[in-house]
Amino acid sequence: MSLDTDTVRRIANLARIKIEEEKMAPLADELNQIIGWIEQLSEVDTDGVAPMTSVTKIDMPSREDVISDGGCEDKVLANAPSGEPPYFAVPKVVE
Amino acid sequence: MSYIIKGHKHDWEIVIGLEIHAQVISNSKLFSGSATAFGSDPNTQVSLIDAAMPGMLPVINKHCIAQAVKTGLGLNAKINMYSVFERKNYFYADLPQGYQITQFLHPIVVEGLLTIDMEDGSTREIGIERLHMEQDAGKSIHDKDPRRTFIDLNRAGVCLMEIVSHPAMHSPEEAGAYVRKVRSIVRYLETCDGNMEEGSMRADVNVSVRPVGDTKLWTRTETKNVNSVRFMMQAIEFEAQRQVEVWEAGGEVKQQTRLFDPDSGETRSMRSKEEAHDYRYFPCPDLLPIELTQSYVDDIKATMPELPDAKKHRLMSDNGLSAYDADVLVAEREVADYFEIVAKGRDAKVAANWVISNLFGALKGAEKGILESPVSAENLGNLLDLLADDTISGRIAKDVFEIMFSTGQDPAAIVEEKGLKQITDTGAIEAAVDQAIAENPEQADEVRAGNGKAIGWFVGQVMQKTQGKANPQAVNKLLRDKLGG
Amino acid sequence: MPPVASRLILLFRKWSNKMTKPNELTIADARDALTKGDLSAVELTTSCIQAMDGAQDLNAFITETPELSLERAAQSDARIAKKESRGALEGIPIAVKDLYCTEGVLTTAASHILDGFVPPYESTVTENLRNAGSVMTGKTNLDEFAMGSANVTSHYGPVKNPWKLDDGKDRVPGGSSGGSAAAVAAHLSLGAIGTDTGGSIRQPASFCGIVGMKPTYGRCSRWGTVAFASSLDQAGPMTKTVRDAAIMLQGMAGHDVKDSTSVPMVVPDFEAAITGDVRGLKVGIPKEYVIDGALEEISEIWKKGAEMLRDAGAEIIDITLPHTKYALPAYYIIAPAEASSNLSRYDGVRYGLRVEGDSLDEMYANTRGEGFGDEVKRRILIGAYVLSAGYYDAYYVKAQQVRSRIAEDFNTAFQDVDVILTPTAPSTAFAIGEKMDDPIVMYMNDVFTVPASMAGLPCISVPGGLGDDGLPLGLHLISKPFDEQTLFRAADVLERQANFTAQPKGWEINR
Ligand SMILES: [Mg+2]
Ligand SMILES: [Zn+2]
Repeated sequence: MSLDTDTVRRIANLARIKIEEEKMAPLADELNQIIGWIEQLSEVDTDGVAPMTSVTKIDMPSREDVISDGGCEDKVLANAPSGEPPYFAVPKVVE
Repeated sequence: MSYIIKGHKHDWEIVIGLEIHAQVISNSKLFSGSATAFGSDPNTQVSLIDAAMPGMLPVINKHCIAQAVKTGLGLNAKINMYSVFERKNYFYADLPQGYQITQFLHPIVVEGLLTIDMEDGSTREIGIERLHMEQDAGKSIHDKDPRRTFIDLNRAGVCLMEIVSHPAMHSPEEAGAYVRKVRSIVRYLETCDGNMEEGSMRADVNVSVRPVGDTKLWTRTETKNVNSVRFMMQAIEFEAQRQVEVWEAGGEVKQQTRLFDPDSGETRSMRSKEEAHDYRYFPCPDLLPIELTQSYVDDIKATMPELPDAKKHRLMSDNGLSAYDADVLVAEREVADYFEIVAKGRDAKVAANWVISNLFGALKGAEKGILESPVSAENLGNLLDLLADDTISGRIAKDVFEIMFSTGQDPAAIVEEKGLKQITDTGAIEAAVDQAIAENPEQADEVRAGNGKAIGWFVGQVMQKTQGKANPQAVNKLLRDKLGG
Repeated sequence: MPPVASRLILLFRKWSNKMTKPNELTIADARDALTKGDLSAVELTTSCIQAMDGAQDLNAFITETPELSLERAAQSDARIAKKESRGALEGIPIAVKDLYCTEGVLTTAASHILDGFVPPYESTVTENLRNAGSVMTGKTNLDEFAMGSANVTSHYGPVKNPWKLDDGKDRVPGGSSGGSAAAVAAHLSLGAIGTDTGGSIRQPASFCGIVGMKPTYGRCSRWGTVAFASSLDQAGPMTKTVRDAAIMLQGMAGHDVKDSTSVPMVVPDFEAAITGDVRGLKVGIPKEYVIDGALEEISEIWKKGAEMLRDAGAEIIDITLPHTKYALPAYYIIAPAEASSNLSRYDGVRYGLRVEGDSLDEMYANTRGEGFGDEVKRRILIGAYVLSAGYYDAYYVKAQQVRSRIAEDFNTAFQDVDVILTPTAPSTAFAIGEKMDDPIVMYMNDVFTVPASMAGLPCISVPGGLGDDGLPLGLHLISKPFDEQTLFRAADVLERQANFTAQPKGWEINR
């Protein structure tokens, strides 16, 4: 499996990261190298081995259904880089 | 029952699958302690977790798990003892984490079966593929600013159950009946309030068409967030027709996400959802698998109320109601509860008649729901008792009911106050009968000559003289005795 | 006389002769001096602040908080005066990796994308430390989002290792907790907290000649710590001695209901576990940690480490951890995969940097394109790729299966041994700018630390000696899950035996 620049472009778009066009090819090379190195994992026999879900061997803890949070719009909005309190704001979305 | 679209080239069949998002009734959100109430001020029900601040972590609300299990049992489904939350990764303005925590490979509920009730009293079984738990997104507000979209995260993180049917429905009516049945069940279970206008129940409709006789599935479209059963049925009809036209014109239906416009009754492609998705699901490392035990599930099972299907069968077999009447009475839990109070220890058929014809008629006229009924179930039951022990006649009962409906009064009080008690004193009735015969000799002769119908006329006369309070059977018997009719 | 005792006496003599400055004390010594009233918390903090002033060239801190720390030190003094001391960490200056959210104090994760972010909340670990009486001196520099092994990916510039050679080149402090390591090595604070995902505490500890400890996954809460790879991230102490690490961990650890992966276990008395006795302790030496191309000095120090433990009465046992070599490539699937998702929240909407665009998607891409550095972008892209449709099973699922294998290896080994000894890093600190061209060469820095991370095990790096170049080299011990006590006990003995007293040389001259 090798990553071409189209794949890098697609992945960068999925990850919403702008990458200059001239950086695509060198980036593809670099990622290819990493992926190539990672592929040594195929040597490992993992037939019938359950994938690790968590190293923690405990039952998932849970909360009671009580209202114990929220009502802190000042904190929630305090760091908003662009907004119109009490809202966050983004460029117009057309559906 | 079969719903066929006649094309130029083929007869077409519709295939419909539904994904219902039902908001779980809970005080707090799925993974945070903020409130879930509808209609609060923007961003007031948002914790730092819901806003995906750096380093914030989810902790699951145990009530939401119980609600999902309960709903799964209500849908006759299999409860998975092992289920896993995964992250569905995509960017959207109202999705603060950049991923939705949902269940993918290992949902909590699978393989359900729902019986839907058609208008004609027939039933069909619709398979349910799965029910999984997930977080709701926030709300995007597009109409407050010409250049910007505003974001309110009050709903972000509220627990939803996504209930996915098999592509097993073939007409708008079936889809409508399916949604109504799911709604009925979750409302019985009190796991979702089923309020489609407020968005606590929303349907995504997958529609495809295929020539009748074909068994494979053709390309489908998904119409998002349709917020009433009527709109959903319209959307299906429009979408099926559109797809038939596309295929018949030699075109190809594109797999896409569409939006229903209630004003035009049409669906259109959603611009923001056009690109191909790759959600990169993987197990959420901030959470551990949900592991249940059979005894946990059994405990929940023990708290389940009687569900509409069971209730319907009981009303039919034990109480002799017709399938139609039973359907009408069990569809809404509140109606069923009302009916059961009225019918308790009384003639169920009479009770059903009164609830369906008299009460529903009056409520419809007054544009009221069962919970707003001015006539309480206890009072309606009392009225039926007055009728049953001959305290009042059927005709009087209708009048009393009208007064009850407008005043909310107790029927016994009304009967007492207005002096509507039925006259059972034979002497008094005989006097009225004699008077009527004496006043109408010609009609009396007609009855004597064998015109049985005229006897009814005499009954009316007597009832008039007694303001309707005479016992109709007694009047009838006396008239026959005296006129030999 | 045992070496530690003689060192202590020497230290106290220096101290009483006003030769040892308060900031050069260990936490244990400072605690005793504070308790006796020989030293005030304000004096101690002031001495750290002065050291920080003189150490600007190291770039160890992103944000220094002198006013705040003096205020907290004064509160400590008041509590000590009223005999209300909160314990071992009362009045102790501690530097905090800038990955922990600290209420009212800028928190950056060394990333441009968190520009100006001031959390309205405090991470559980820093809150615990504060409740234990410690004094935060500032927020230390790190690799951006903790992604790196040299502290060269920080938006705020590289950190310099206080250890210098006379070739005029600055050395990296290791990473990602490089600022914390440098701060402790240069005595800018008595201890520091780092985070460790694949070696980010232990490898910089090795490079800077200090102790770095990663507890069992689940021992410390992750709540309020900027996430890199959630299934691996753990908080841990970085200190001058093993005893100090035990004291600090005591103040950091504990069950947290806000973190679903935090383990509901009582925190034992870690310091009490340090008995100085390892007689009969079984120490495993895994043969797979001999790697191709490793420096001779690494095997030397490792061998020496084993001998030291044997001399102290431990039993040395050869063991096998067959899947060791696959830990690093598996890690470079799992960590980027989790990171690619964890870092999705940095989108310019609710906090941090925002670079406008004509559409929502453009705003996202601009913000994230400009806000993330190259290494972070590289890992997000790798992560998105290995999770994407068609590749998930081949990469992600495979890596998690390999991870299960690695955990099994350790499980099996721990049936025969109590601790495992390995080198910490494959080299001493390298010069800033080296190993930058090839990401994989950089990734190899964590080759010895990653396997234990994958299994969630507690582990510690202790200075073992100096390499041929005169720079420090660490020895690495791993123990069973939640058996930090045995780990501290063994590490303490190793530390005594190694008797590592060297101090950063060039740094003293520059000072
Ligand atoms: Mg869906
Ligand atoms: Zn959904």
